[in-house]
Amino acid sequence: MLQSIIHVSLAGLSAGMFIWLIASGLTLIFGVLGVLNFAHGSFYMLGAYFCYTLLGVMGDNFWLGLLLGPLCVCAVGFVVERYFLRYVYHLALPYQLLLTFAFVLLFDDVVKIVWGAGSISSPAIPGLSGSVSILGRNFPIYNLFIIGVGPLIAVGMWAILAKTWWGRIIRATSSDREMAATLGVRVPALYTAVFVFGTWLGAMGGGLAVPFIGLLTPGMGEAVIIDAFIVAVIGGMGSLKGAFLGALIIGLLSSFGTRFIPMFDMFLTFILMAAILLWRPQGLFGETK
Amino acid sequence: MDRYLRCAAFGLLLTVLIAIGLLSGRFVIYLTMKIMILAIFALGYNLLLGRTGLLSFGHAAFYAAGAYGLGLFSQNIHPHPLLGIIIGVVFAAAMALAIGFFCVRHTEIYFAMLTLAFGMMIFSLIWNLRSITGGDDGLVGIVRAPLSLGLLSIPIVKANQYYFLVLFFFVLSTWLLYLIRQSPFGLVLAGIRENDRRIEFAGISLRNYRLAAFVISGIFAGLAGALGTLLESNTAPFSAHWTHSAEPVLVSLIGGIHTFTGPMVGSLIFIVLREIIERFTHNWMLWFGMILLVIIMGFRGGVVGTISNLWGRRLSDRLKSGGNA
Repeated sequence: MLQSIIHVSLAGLSAGMFIWLIASGLTLIFGVLGVLNFAHGSFYMLGAYFCYTLLGVMGDNFWLGLLLGPLCVCAVGFVVERYFLRYVYHLALPYQLLLTFAFVLLFDDVVKIVWGAGSISSPAIPGLSGSVSILGRNFPIYNLFIIGVGPLIAVGMWAILAKTWWGRIIRATSSDREMAATLGVRVPALYTAVFVFGTWLGAMGGGLAVPFIGLLTPGMGEAVIIDAFIVAVIGGMGSLKGAFLGALIIGLLSSFGTRFIPMFDMFLTFILMAAILLWRPQGLFGETK
Repeated sequence: MDRYLRCAAFGLLLTVLIAIGLLSGRFVIYLTMKIMILAIFALGYNLLLGRTGLLSFGHAAFYAAGAYGLGLFSQNIHPHPLLGIIIGVVFAAAMALAIGFFCVRHTEIYFAMLTLAFGMMIFSLIWNLRSITGGDDGLVGIVRAPLSLGLLSIPIVKANQYYFLVLFFFVLSTWLLYLIRQSPFGLVLAGIRENDRRIEFAGISLRNYRLAAFVISGIFAGLAGALGTLLESNTAPFSAHWTHSAEPVLVSLIGGIHTFTGPMVGSLIFIVLREIIERFTHNWMLWFGMILLVIIMGFRGGVVGTISNLWGRRLSDRLKSGGNA
């Protein structure tokens, strides 16, 4: 029993850290720009496909692909923010959401045209494939790797936001856009930079997902974006600390749910999301406005 | 003048729709039914989005409630289509009341996220409760039994027979929603969209009005779901998925969310365009995404909004030049 609980917890942890990789960029963008970005799932998908392709071109160098793939997606993110999203910040919520949703439709079909409509199975990563025995049961090494990467990204983002000059500017703009602008911050440029950075995080999540989920499909962004939304909502929209904790909660909840009450695993996460929205709409760590 | 014009336009539309039902081939009839069903869904939905200013991402749940309400009733109790539709609509209304009760506590993005959560809850139930809903297969083989009204029994098995039932509900829904929109109740909803603080100061309960709009739009979503199920003779679990909730939003936006006829025109464009694009290419979402981008970046009033703006400007120009001369 104990063995089973430990294994389910480990699976939950890796699933949670995996959601966190995607939710981090989404939360950052929402916190600073105030836009809930449906297209974040598409960036995740594009990241996965770019990394996969580079993996083939570079000849099995996963790390080089992981470095270059997300950078290509950043260019896409730049175009989306600079030439489209920038013009709808002042509009009502439906327009912002639907603009990003339009990109979801667009990118889904672009991926179908370029990479084909079928699913692609990913190659094994040398050094990280295979599994290790924990308490007499096998656990994939790559999942342990993801459990390690998640906190690393969290610490990195915390360091950037809390300790650097750039982070101070971002936090200042996020809390009062107009005041930051009067003090000489180039807010539009900063927004573009933050959006591109968020895109990079999403694409990175996609790249890391290639060996994790093992299958690339054109609609893979849609499944993930809802999980990322749930996490962002639970943690408090715009709060990175909350998103990290929310990802852990959702990962563990769905892992234990699948193990013990498989009928209602999806139901559980959505009921938690609704309950938190009703009880604390600002989320666990969000600030009341 | 305006009123007569509107009546004439509606009369023309009705004539065309009846002519299609009498004269057209199977394919056009099927397509027109799909347009009318989507229009019912979107017209009801737009009472919430365009009139009240609330963006819901969970209305597919009510569509599915109507679909599964009718499907379960027809397969387990009685195949009478009219009773089935009523059961489906009542089921959708009850669900909208229960879900809306919680959702209208918030607005803006929190409302959107709450409706998304509740909608996906319904989806997960449909997906997992295999013994009741058929899981990922859905309910299959729902028959269109004859419509018996006492002595009279009207067959609706054939597409061109069922067409007139759909047409009847389409006209009924359009008429009812027009009345609701123009009523004092509908004006209060528009007031809530424009300035909710002020409406509250006038002594009106925001929550109750928002809830009423939510339930009404849920009822029409349920009606669309029930009619759609009879048309396809099965139900699909993905009709409750959030991606299906996006459909009425898109359709309303294409037509123009601040106009009454917008969702109707949007449904026509959505279905016809999809059909045309799919003739030439498999990538209809790519084209649709681009059209959506153009509308959001340049024509935010939608098709109807943009046209009526142009029309209004020309009219006022003519009046001005007339006054000067």
